[in-house]
Amino acid sequence: MNRVIIVGSGGAALSCAIVLKQRNIDVTIITKTMPSASATAQAQGGINAALNKNDSIQEHIKDTMKAAKSYANEDIVKFMCENAPETIKWLDDLGVAFSRDTNNNIAQRFLGGASHKRACYSSDYTGLKILHTLYDIAISLDIQFIYDTMLLNIIKDHNEAKGITALDLRTMEVKQFLASKIIIATGGYAGVYLNHTTNSNYTTSDGISAAINCNIELQYLDFIQFHPTALKLPNKHILISESARGEGGILITSDGKRFVDELAPRDVVAKAIYDKIKNKEDVFLDLRKLGYKKIISLMPQEYKLVKTFTNLELDKDIIPIIPSSHYSMGGIKVNKECETSLTNLYAIGEVSCNTVHGINRLGGNSLLEIITFGKYLGTILDIQNVDVLEKDYKEFIQDVQYINTLYTIQNQKNISDLKQDFGNILYHNVGIDKNKEKLLQAKQKLLQIEEDIQLLGATNKEKIYNIEIKEIIEFKNMVTTAKEIVATSLERIK
Amino acid sequence: MKIIVTNKEYSIDEKITNILDALEYIKTHHNSSLGFSYGCKSGICGSCAIRVNGIEKLSCISNINNNDIIEPLKNIPILKDLIVDNSNIELKLKQSKAYLHNKSNEPISQNDVDSIDRASNCILCNSCYSSCPVFEINQNFLGPFALNKSYRYIKDKKESNSKEQFDAIQISGIWDCTLCGACSLVCPQNIDIKTNIMQLQNLSVQNGYSNPYFTNSGFDMVF
Repeated sequence: MNRVIIVGSGGAALSCAIVLKQRNIDVTIITKTMPSASATAQAQGGINAALNKNDSIQEHIKDTMKAAKSYANEDIVKFMCENAPETIKWLDDLGVAFSRDTNNNIAQRFLGGASHKRACYSSDYTGLKILHTLYDIAISLDIQFIYDTMLLNIIKDHNEAKGITALDLRTMEVKQFLASKIIIATGGYAGVYLNHTTNSNYTTSDGISAAINCNIELQYLDFIQFHPTALKLPNKHILISESARGEGGILITSDGKRFVDELAPRDVVAKAIYDKIKNKEDVFLDLRKLGYKKIISLMPQEYKLVKTFTNLELDKDIIPIIPSSHYSMGGIKVNKECETSLTNLYAIGEVSCNTVHGINRLGGNSLLEIITFGKYLGTILDIQNVDVLEKDYKEFIQDVQYINTLYTIQNQKNISDLKQDFGNILYHNVGIDKNKEKLLQAKQKLLQIEEDIQLLGATNKEKIYNIEIKEIIEFKNMVTTAKEIVATSLERIK
Repeated sequence: MKIIVTNKEYSIDEKITNILDALEYIKTHHNSSLGFSYGCKSGICGSCAIRVNGIEKLSCISNINNNDIIEPLKNIPILKDLIVDNSNIELKLKQSKAYLHNKSNEPISQNDVDSIDRASNCILCNSCYSSCPVFEINQNFLGPFALNKSYRYIKDKKESNSKEQFDAIQISGIWDCTLCGACSLVCPQNIDIKTNIMQLQNLSVQNGYSNPYFTNSGFDMVF
């Protein structure tokens, strides 16, 4: 057998698949949703590369290392930053419509923590345009996509990865997909902070949970980035891109006073805002001095979102904001070659942790990371015929039993209530402001929630896209991940 | 407030203003197995497209009103309640051959980027596909989003030779569109798909293609 499976269909997965396919390697993408629903498509601000002659790769490395606060491996950061101009060129050549400056060069903007205008962008749809261009290319190359199929577990046999088990949501059948190389690219886990996150509803840490079940080494799971400026709504947070501050937006309290350098790294700005909110003060983003014309040309998406959800206008009103769980720096531990602790298993994109972001990711470095390492793994992956015995592996047998159980359990709990409690305890106790007491409280609460999950079952027994079964599995994955976040946080405090 | 979702009437909290919130409310309080999709909650992932009183909308960024009738998208197989099978997206994009084929080395200006900016904002939500009346008579029609994507690459100054893209949209493509404009009206990204298809027709003629329907039924008709 010499095929590769990639689980997930965001920017990292597609970049990797494109390069593999261009090498004539048989690659299949297995994905819970459509590529267009990946977190990549949500990324707005930009993708970093030192292109400008006033900037340098050294300074890109320096800024990244400074924000990472000694938690990053400098060799890997160096690799990413050195390759950044080439990564941008690769995307530009594939067709990504990057905005241009007056000299017809790719335009760049400031993002927080950067010493230069370094983020290449496409209005505020940078991630969307990258993702859709990659999808167009992937389709043109006849890469096989298997949609509506959710990762359950990694198949391990004799200390090697042999494949995955996954749930086909269209039939609710458990399937096993065997391969010589398995690449996990399922996205991050910041979405576990339910109702307090900018992440998609699909971001349920399926990859991290599968890795935990398989005893695969993780790293820095407690490093979660809180984006300073999410639109504050009663039951959800909507991201307002860092470019709003990069272009000159300021943060103020009700009295109109500024209280933080808006372009400091995200952790600094988020903490300053959180402290104000803790003191019962409201915080606002003020873009009024930019004027309508500039706002609509640079941030059309932001303008539309703010108007839709609040009826406020960015050029006329100040906008209530709150820090929101946004990005996971930690994840499945990998080296520069994207290898995990399990032979034949690789991880790329936000689900992985190669440490480049350390404790704090710079705006514009996440798109850079996913494309750089997705592409790099596609280039270096050594494909040999690996003997994968075709049989029903134990993970498959267990998962079939598990799904059958979910169909038979009589539901005794309200999953919406449990999820709300879960999101609240994480945001308030395992969020921006953590201490031992809060973490121990959270640990206890999570154990209780874990017990309650055993009492969840499907009220509807249908076999086509059973939304209840899907939701229970996703919630269980999130709780599994959250327990590890708490454990890692407690360990670090110690 | 009362709304109808896939032919069933539900009462929802009066305070709810957003359609996605209303669907969540129904799931929590009335029907725990109600099938609906959503992802980003901010109108960018395209997962939550539905029809409200017959008009395609993204539930996450649309307001709810009393007596609204909520249904799944049309022209696409329904998997469960409001969840549809989106595999038509890959199929139609593949047929349209909409991607950058031959990269030119021409300099690209911001004006060039602006000319394809709106068209390249498509989120593949399938709203336009659902709104299109052509599918009632021709299932093979490439449909609005695929033709818009074709326009985006044909107009891209980075493309040095668009012949394959033009060839791919002649049959069951641009000439089958009735130019009714339903797609433009429902596009949540405000892409004027109809105008882009008209432009593709003009560009095709300029490049030596002709409308097969016009040619076959054309001037020799006796009035």
